Amino acid sequence: MAESVAEQNRPVSVRFSDATLDYHDRRVWTDLSLEFQEPSFVAILGPNGSGKTSLLRVILGLTPLSGGTVEVLGEAPRRGNPGIGYVPQHQSFDQDLPLRGRDLVQLGIDGHRWGIGRPSAAARRQVSEVIEAVEATAYADAPIGRLSGGEQQRLRIAQAIVGDPRLLLCDEPLASLDLHHQQEITDLIGGWQKRTGRTVLFVTHDVNPILSMVDRVLFVVNGRWAAGTPDEVLTSERMSDLYGSHVDVIRVHGRVLVVSDSTGSGFELEEPHHLPEIHAGGGPGGGSGSGTGSRIEP
Amino acid sequence: MDQLIRLLGYAFVQNAIAAGIVIAIVSGIVSRFVVARNMAFAVHALAELGFTGAAGAILLGTSPEIGLLVGTTITAMFIGALGVRVRERDAVVGVVLAFGLGLGVLFITLYPHYASEALNILFGTITGVSISDVLLLLAIGVVTLVAMAVVYRPLTFATVDPEVAEARGVPVRALAVVFLLIMAAAVAEAVQIIGVLLILTLLITPGASAERLTARPGRATVYSVAIALVCVLGGILLALITNVAVSVFVTSLSFVIYLGARFVVGPTLLGREQRRRDVGAGGEGAAAAS
Repeated sequence: MAESVAEQNRPVSVRFSDATLDYHDRRVWTDLSLEFQEPSFVAILGPNGSGKTSLLRVILGLTPLSGGTVEVLGEAPRRGNPGIGYVPQHQSFDQDLPLRGRDLVQLGIDGHRWGIGRPSAAARRQVSEVIEAVEATAYADAPIGRLSGGEQQRLRIAQAIVGDPRLLLCDEPLASLDLHHQQEITDLIGGWQKRTGRTVLFVTHDVNPILSMVDRVLFVVNGRWAAGTPDEVLTSERMSDLYGSHVDVIRVHGRVLVVSDSTGSGFELEEPHHLPEIHAGGGPGGGSGSGTGSRIEP
Repeated sequence: MDQLIRLLGYAFVQNAIAAGIVIAIVSGIVSRFVVARNMAFAVHALAELGFTGAAGAILLGTSPEIGLLVGTTITAMFIGALGVRVRERDAVVGVVLAFGLGLGVLFITLYPHYASEALNILFGTITGVSISDVLLLLAIGVVTLVAMAVVYRPLTFATVDPEVAEARGVPVRALAVVFLLIMAAAVAEAVQIIGVLLILTLLITPGASAERLTARPGRATVYSVAIALVCVLGGILLALITNVAVSVFVTSLSFVIYLGARFVVGPTLLGREQRRRDVGAGGEGAAAAS
């Protein structure tokens, strides 16, 4: 940990302090205290329904915390913070929608402003440059609904980075892409992060496609969480502690598999999609390992 | 032809044409968003409850045009308050539509005379508009166009890409309500020409046809307005010559234009846009477009 001195001077991208989020009557996660400094590539992992997307919504200023505080790029979260870029889960556009990739990227610059808005020559050049940077020039003028999933996702990344954000939030950007396109999109986001030295928060249910570029991991399960480097967090001990039952973390051919006795499946553990009740105690099993950094509520 | 020129000299014809131009511009722009946001059913409900408003106004002895606007606006507020999410919207529209139309029937029943004005609302009456009607239509039209100009860009963002729009701070929910109110005004306008029952011919067809002609959003809006103008003005002129109701020609023209856009002109125009792109991109884009 020789880097600890240097770390002190790095700007903080996101800082949670005792943050708690309830959704209706359920506690999504609790006492989240951590910070991510610039530059970092953070994987946010956990089963479905564990509040990964909610975490992004809190950072975007769309969902208020139920308790504690969060600081985003040095200030309280606010809607439409221009320092944040956002890549949503892949959703196809309608085939006949009159919209080109170029128009989608343009909306990333000024789509939130009032008025009709004819883009200036400078804005148009900016759009062309970012499309070139994600290597989407060949199809940027085609109707976006006729492009493949991978091509559409490239343009979405262009849209997210065109405003030169300090913080890039990606919500399952690889979902519904085949392995080849997953790799391309991963390289694109990872390359941008390395080149610019900014922070990426990457929500995913499978860490493997991005494992080589991740330097921090936040793992959320049933209201509990663990954070650290992949080697610190993705261990049998830590994961068993977090899940509250015996879990093996296996590394094969450079891939990480989290395997539990009960499911026998790989990383994409088919967790029951329930969230812990507020008064239900500390989740399944007798996990008591708060000493490892994961906190157990209540 | 001489007959037509003579007709154009009459004040009622000039009024009709002036009103038609305003209505066509409003309809052309609004229909782009009606199509993109899948709101055909809501348009229909607004029109039918506009009829209820007009019938209520006739019963009370006030202006049916104002009653129409009040009816569509109240309906828009109901739909906006009860169901903005797509999933619940159609159900809410159906619920409000059924009840409101029932009220309309009641108003007509209570009216002691033969309600010819109510029938006009159902089928359209453009050649009957007076100069004061034109001024009213013009005022509503200008307000609608100004509102549309203010929200145009964020509404486009919220329509084509709602998740990212929300993340970028666009008030997606509020815009949905604002657009319902804009639709209410547009429907109240368009009903004057084509009537309640044929409303979709002006608030769906121009936008749906324009989508077939270009992949560029701005250009699609321009095309949509042009198509609405052709339908409305062509319909009025043909009606003057033949003495058949305006709505017959507006619906026929818009239908023919849609078919032409979809099967004849559209493929050529879209193809030309693509080809120019392929020249620029060294042919690589051809595979992407297929």
